[in-house]
Order: sequence, then structure tokens, then C-alpha cells
Amino acid sequence: MQDKINTSYKQLEQRSKYTNMFLRWFLYLVLILFALYFIFPLYVMIVTSLKTMEEIRQGTLLTWPSGLNFDSWAVAWGGRGYGAGDTFLKPYFWNSIKMVVPAVFFSTFIGAMTGYVLTKWRFKGDQWVFLFLLFGCFIPFQAILLPMARTLGVLGISNSVIGLVLVHTVYGIPFTTLFFRNYYISVPTELVKAARIDGAGFFKIFFKILLPISAPIIVVTVIWQFTQIWNDFLFGSTFSFGEAAPIQVALNNMVLSSTSVKEYNVDMASAIIAGVPTLIVYVLAGKYFIRGLTSGAVKG
Amino acid sequence: MFKWLEKNLPKIVMAPAVGLIGWFVYGFVLWTLYISFTNSKILPKYELWGVGQYVKLWGSRKWLIAVDNLLIFTALFLIFCVVIGIILAIFLDQKIRAEGVLRTIYLYPMALSFIVTGTAWKWILNPTLGIQKMFIDWGFENFTFDWLVNREMAIYTIVIAGVWQSAGFVMALFLAGLRSVEDEIVKAAKIDGANLFTVYWKILLPMMRPVFFTSFVILVHISIKSYDLIVALTQGGPGISTTMPALYMTQTAFHKSQVGLSAASAMMMFMAVAAVIIPYLYSELRRENAR
Repeated sequence: MQDKINTSYKQLEQRSKYTNMFLRWFLYLVLILFALYFIFPLYVMIVTSLKTMEEIRQGTLLTWPSGLNFDSWAVAWGGRGYGAGDTFLKPYFWNSIKMVVPAVFFSTFIGAMTGYVLTKWRFKGDQWVFLFLLFGCFIPFQAILLPMARTLGVLGISNSVIGLVLVHTVYGIPFTTLFFRNYYISVPTELVKAARIDGAGFFKIFFKILLPISAPIIVVTVIWQFTQIWNDFLFGSTFSFGEAAPIQVALNNMVLSSTSVKEYNVDMASAIIAGVPTLIVYVLAGKYFIRGLTSGAVKG
Repeated sequence: MFKWLEKNLPKIVMAPAVGLIGWFVYGFVLWTLYISFTNSKILPKYELWGVGQYVKLWGSRKWLIAVDNLLIFTALFLIFCVVIGIILAIFLDQKIRAEGVLRTIYLYPMALSFIVTGTAWKWILNPTLGIQKMFIDWGFENFTFDWLVNREMAIYTIVIAGVWQSAGFVMALFLAGLRSVEDEIVKAAKIDGANLFTVYWKILLPMMRPVFFTSFVILVHISIKSYDLIVALTQGGPGISTTMPALYMTQTAFHKSQVGLSAASAMMMFMAVAAVIIPYLYSELRRENAR
């Protein structure tokens, strides 16, 4: 009797082993198919950018290029050199850098300060102040576009990089505050209290106690802000045109400009150039990128 | 004086942030609200005109198309992102080899801008040299795929690109959620004879209710605000068939110079977002206070 039970249990185990193996194959198959779906556009972009227009017309999306031909990359970056009507990305790439660096710096700094006050120097009603700031994460920017356009005009900084720095700094504050507040709330307040008894002031406590342990959240915030601002199109296209435009606006103009022949290889090279900075950050610091996404991701 | 300064230093440090947000968010929204009740054309006028702009808005065929598109897009975008996100998260949760690589691949589109995404998909979906040609060259001679230039179908190309961009994000949310569940719960269920499917369907997924909620809020929020992707992929065309509210708003303001009408459409978007966000913030805050 006992033997019988044992053998039937073994049979059961054996059978579940086969089902398990089948299941695992299925699992990997599905995961790989999805991976191909996600990789496909990037692959197409890269190979297309390396082909000549002749090759593009003859082959398909997937055809391997005949060689490493970086001509369209050169055109996308530096133009063809015939003056008027020759749009290329180089100047706009620098516009974006000039816009991103100060905007990320200011918004991160302000967020660190407000996060510090909201958790370590609490005052009556601070929760409401936090909520007041937090709501700024969610507003659809269409509701502020019109007055913002006028304000920038009045300040004399419409269609300028400075104007975009201001816009991105302001609308980044809710996010940076959220990040720093959620991080500092887990830092023991006793640390701050002890320092206060020792006579340390507001700024000393921040720079000596909190700032040295803030590296992870600074990285998360900087990556988040960098990605958001670099990828922004709405503000860029509304508040700037012509020479002051950031790279996403320039990319869109380049792709839409209907010259006689559509040069898909140049389009794809341009798209890669516009996407490469954020992709590099993602590959190098994916962990922090995901942390930012999952803890404060609300912006579209 | 010095004492006062020291005592109020935290509040003084808070002041710029509160002031900037108060002015640039709340003040501006109120300004837009006010303008939506005026008959402003190119320049804002400040005499009140009543709800005329809202009447005009809801009588406009283009706006109705935009709202219709938004509903279609939101529904499909939500369903596909959540279903794909959950499948990927559950499958990745099975002690998969090369999980890190796969995760990186699923999530990288989130690092790209919608303009880059739109440019890439526009090329892939274009009927002359894109996917259609690929299939024809492979021997499917009657294969057609012209959604991008087809009035009826163009909206679905935006869904394809949007899902491609955001599904990995839902996966990341669910994977984090699944990983936070304690092993004991799963083990106990297995000892009671539950198979893997039951474990997920009956136990783990119901536990993910907050994650569903978060995904829902974020995805709806993304879709109400979607603008860049449409500009890059279809520019609202063919004709006006893929117009969405965000595109309607900027076109009405900056091409048609109908500032009042445009403000009214912006306020409709604002209210739609508020209807989703306020319950969310309320529940999040309650959860935090309960901790």
C-alpha cells in the first residue's frame, strides 16, 4: 500500500516536472517575443540611419545596411552646408544643454530645501503646504500655457533659453519637493534634534547632516528632472521658436519640413541623436531612473 | 530682529517655492478660468461674457471628435498597458534568467521623448516603405497596413506607439508590488494545494489593488495630457481625425487665436484630471496617515 502511494506521488511529481518544463519554455517564449516588440523600433531606427535612401527603397525595415555609413548622421548633426533652409540639430542640442543644466540645478536645490523644511522643521499646517505643492505635479499644463506665454512676454524672456529655464524650474518644484520630502522623512529626526541642542543652525544641519546622506535621492531627482526637461516638447514648442528652440522641437520641425524627398535615414539619425542623452543616463543609472519613476511618476 | 529671523528661517526658506507655485500654478489656473468666461480672441479681454465659450466648445465638431478620440485612446491605452504590464511582471517574477536585461529592454522606451517615439513609429507605420512593404516583400502581396493615413484607423496607431512607450512602466510598478509580498503567503497557498495560476489570480493580484489604482491614475493622466505623440505621429490628421483635447487647446489658442475658447477647453482638461487626481491624493494621504 505504502509503495503504491509512493509511486503515484512520484508519477505526479514526474508529470508536474514535464508541465513545469513546458511552462518555462512558454514563459521564455512570451518574454522574448515581447522583448523583440520593444527592441524592434530601436533596431529599425539604427539600421535605417545607416542606410542610403537607395538601400531604403530597395530593402525592408529589417534589412541589414550594406556598411557603416554615417553620412546621414553627419547631415542630421551638422547639415548639408547650403545655408538657408538647412536645419540640423547641433545648435538646438546646445540649447537643450543650456536649458537643462540650470533648470535641473535650481529645481533640485529648491526641492531639497523645501523637503528639508517639511520634514525636519515642521510647522503648523505643513501638511497642507505639502499638499498645496504636490497638486502642482498633476495639473495639465494646458491650463497654464496662456498666462505663461503672456508672463514670459511681459518679462521680455519669451522665445529664449532663460524663459524655458524659468518654466522648467517652476514646474519641477512639486516633483523635486516630493522626492526629497519622502526621502528625508525616513531620516531620524533625533539626529536633527541632537544637533540643534548642540547649537547647530538651520543651514549647518542641512549641509553637515542631511546633505552628506542625500546622494541617492539627489541622483534620483537629477535623473528625473533631466529626463523630463530634455524630453519636454509642450513648453519648448509653445514658448520658443526659431533659434532658441530646444532639441525636441528642432527634431519635430526637421521631420515635418517637407522638402522634395523625404530622407528617412536623416530623420532616424536625428531621432537617435535627440534620444541618446536620456538613453545613456537610463543605461548607466537605470536603478535610479526606475526609482524616480515608481515613486513620483505622475507627469506625462 | 535676529531672533525673529532665526525663528522664522524655515518659513522664509519655504516662501519662494510656495510663492512660485501659488503664482504660476494656482494663480495661472484661476486666470485661465476667468478668461474662459470672457469673449477673448487674440488678446485677452476682461469683461465677463458668461458661459458662451463652453457652449461654443461643446457645439464644436472638432472638440467632440477630440473628446471621442480621448475616450477611445484612454480605454485602449489603459487595457493594453495594464494587461501587458501584468503579464510581463508575473512572468519576470518566476526567477527568470537574464531578468535584468529583459527588464531594461521593456522599460527603455520610457527614457525616450514622445517626439522620438513618434518619429520612429511614423517611419515604421508609413505605408510606402514601412511595415506594409516589409510584408509585401516577404511574399504577402495583398498585405495592406495603412492605418496612419486612414481616417478611421489613425487613432489606433497612436495607441500602438503609446502602449509601446508606457507598458514597461506598468510592468515596473507591478513587479515592485509583487516583490513586496512576503514569500510565506505564496508558500502557504501552495501547501494548501493551490497551483501557480490560482496563487496569482486569487491571492496576489487582489493584493495589488493599490498598484492597479496607481497605474490607472498615471495612465489616465498621461492620456489626457497626450500631445507630443500626436504632433509627432499624425499632427491630428488625416484631416482632424486624430485631434485630442491637448492638441485642440494649443491649436485654438496659437493658430486660430481664440484665446477664450482655448481657455475653456483647457479648463475642461483641468477638471477631467482633477476628477481622477483628487480621490487619488485623498486616498494616498489617508494611507500615509494610517501608517
